[in-house]
Amino acid sequence: METLELVKKQKKVTDTVKMTGAEAVIKSLLAENATLGYGYPGGAIMPVYDEIYKYQDQFTHILTRHEQGAIHAAQGFARVTGETGVVFATSGPGATNLVTGIADAQIDSTPLVCITGQVASHLLGTDAFQETDIVGISTPVTKWNYQITKAEEIPSIMAKAFYIAKSGRPGPVLIDITKDAQMGSLHFSYEKCKGIRSYRPKPEMNIDQVKAAAKVINCAKKPFIVMGQGVILGEAEQEFKTFIEKAGIPTASTALGLSGLESKHPLHVGMVGMHGHYAPNVKTNDCDVLIAIGMRFDDRVTGDLSRYAKQAKIVHFELDPAEIDKNVKTDIAVLGDVKETLAALLPLVEKREHQQWHQEFKDLYTIEYNQVIKPQLEPTKEGLTMGEVIEGINKETNDDAVIVSDVGQHQMFACRYAKFNNTRSQVTSGGLGTMGFALPAAIGAKMGVPDREVIAIIGDGGYQMNIQELGTIFQTKTPVKIVVLNNSFLGMVRQWQELFFDKRYASTEMVNPNFLKIAEGYDITAKKVSKREDLQGAIQEMVASKESYFLEVVIEKEDNVFPMVPTGAAVSECRLS
Amino acid sequence: MEKNKTYTISVYTENNLGVMNRMSGIFLKRHINLESITASQSEIKDVFRFLFVIKTSEEKVRKLVGQIEKQIEVIKAYYHTDDETIYQESALFKIASNLLFDDRQIQNIIKKSNANIVTVARDYFVIERTGRRHEIEKLYNELAPYGIMQFVRSGRISVSKEAMNISKTLHEFNY
Repeated sequence: METLELVKKQKKVTDTVKMTGAEAVIKSLLAENATLGYGYPGGAIMPVYDEIYKYQDQFTHILTRHEQGAIHAAQGFARVTGETGVVFATSGPGATNLVTGIADAQIDSTPLVCITGQVASHLLGTDAFQETDIVGISTPVTKWNYQITKAEEIPSIMAKAFYIAKSGRPGPVLIDITKDAQMGSLHFSYEKCKGIRSYRPKPEMNIDQVKAAAKVINCAKKPFIVMGQGVILGEAEQEFKTFIEKAGIPTASTALGLSGLESKHPLHVGMVGMHGHYAPNVKTNDCDVLIAIGMRFDDRVTGDLSRYAKQAKIVHFELDPAEIDKNVKTDIAVLGDVKETLAALLPLVEKREHQQWHQEFKDLYTIEYNQVIKPQLEPTKEGLTMGEVIEGINKETNDDAVIVSDVGQHQMFACRYAKFNNTRSQVTSGGLGTMGFALPAAIGAKMGVPDREVIAIIGDGGYQMNIQELGTIFQTKTPVKIVVLNNSFLGMVRQWQELFFDKRYASTEMVNPNFLKIAEGYDITAKKVSKREDLQGAIQEMVASKESYFLEVVIEKEDNVFPMVPTGAAVSECRLS
Repeated sequence: MEKNKTYTISVYTENNLGVMNRMSGIFLKRHINLESITASQSEIKDVFRFLFVIKTSEEKVRKLVGQIEKQIEVIKAYYHTDDETIYQESALFKIASNLLFDDRQIQNIIKKSNANIVTVARDYFVIERTGRRHEIEKLYNELAPYGIMQFVRSGRISVSKEAMNISKTLHEFNY
């Protein structure tokens, strides 16, 4: 009997392979089909890097110039592919440099697995060199985090990390691995995580909720849809489109929902929110049923909550139960994966046209077009506008590009004016509003979809927040196109100073370096445009380039983004000037 | 405006490092002060139970519980008003021994208060009182004039009147 047990035991051992914890990290990544990661080496993560070196034929590591660049690149990759981004950093400053990106990924629901090195377990709590409590620091901004102190924990924890990052509402996971766990040995066998007893990634669909929603939608005279990133994250673009086409409902998008429905779709009425389009903002407070799908009623979307869609019945399709009634009280909550709930909804909704209601949106669009859009796209003033640059990019790329924007005025122009044919084409830091996001995110996006044109649109401020990532472009020869809209100001803050602080421009004027010389130092073809007649040709040249290209456009200095729903105002009080 | 009430939040979690930190962060982020915290083993093997007492509105406590329940290692979270729970706190009073003999009144206070004497040493004795907050406070106020060497009160412990069905939730996961 004892011998039998021994044979069994031995057999189990031979089924597995003995290796170090560090090798198990790479083996786990490969088992999860993750073959690309971004990071920066350092003392406490060196054993993992040694394995990255040994596995370089199977796993590609991109050395960025800063850990923040690494995590934003992984975010860009995750946003365009839908896959989980992988990041490596060492302990201490390496790990803390990830925090902004982790917070960004958390608030924008981006799946990431961040692997940080940690000092050896016997040194924990001794204030050792490059020791920091990254698990404590990252707790409020991670979906989950965990510190591994024993090599044998690595496969199961890595499996859990990937499962948690991607399932349900996605988010960032941080795994901190002590150096001794990386160097220790284990018998490796990998099993993908299929469930965790304390975690319900998706609430089950309740068909009664769907039926109740259908009833309200069918009775609506003036229904209005706001779609969010949930439609994209749930891979429900087709179900969504089929539903709105049958129900004939005007549809607006949040900033992160953009590209989930093609921009030129006849039912697409633009973006909601602080700098969204006029019609959807005004009509939010006029519709009789507001159907929110995969969105979370962010304050930049709602303006004054006490005056947000008070006249309307609110129907909320949502995966995350904590989002229901968080900001806006719903009349009907439809919990579940939107891919399932929208599919179930489709046969229950009746075909409608809502022609008169659509006309009201068109009438408001005409007002916005004449007062805001036309002066942007066909300016009569001398200075270049951000809108005309974005429109020029639309023309040259036939609306097929991935647009990665940073944070500020140019971002709002990109969200308002960029046109998208394909889903997962709009990458921006929405919830956190992280300046410096776009340049590294564009690198990751381009690596995620190498066959697509990827254009980063950045302000002169944000560009200089992670400008070191030009080094990553230089080393990896990633053909990212960079457009810097240079108005020599931190434009969005300046706009607020102009409107709400009596033009006291406190620390918003930027004295900028010669951006062309900087780009040239990295061997990136660079061009600067300050005259309208040179603009389209330069954009054409940039899009035609097979390599990375830097285009600086000198923008009218004190231009503002309109429409605008000022803080504290109701969405219907959207200002056109 | 909704009126603030006392709510007891009960959280069943996996017994893992960091769960407490994750939950306390949820209160901190929303600038909510905790009246009390208790953590212990629950009725289920390897499942921990946390109790938080806060004074807030029902709307806020509902949202808090939603955020707590969202945490990966939280199995289930509930909130209850005082009427919906059976709850107690426990307090220890350390008092100089000579008072017990020199002042007869203190013996009467202890007898009347349903407190138990935990230990008597040469220099001090320790009494324990378990009950509602006001009962403990009453005893405290009665003893205070004589001098209390040390006082400590536990966080609230409570059980809900309604069933919580955690075992059922865990059972469902296994099948």
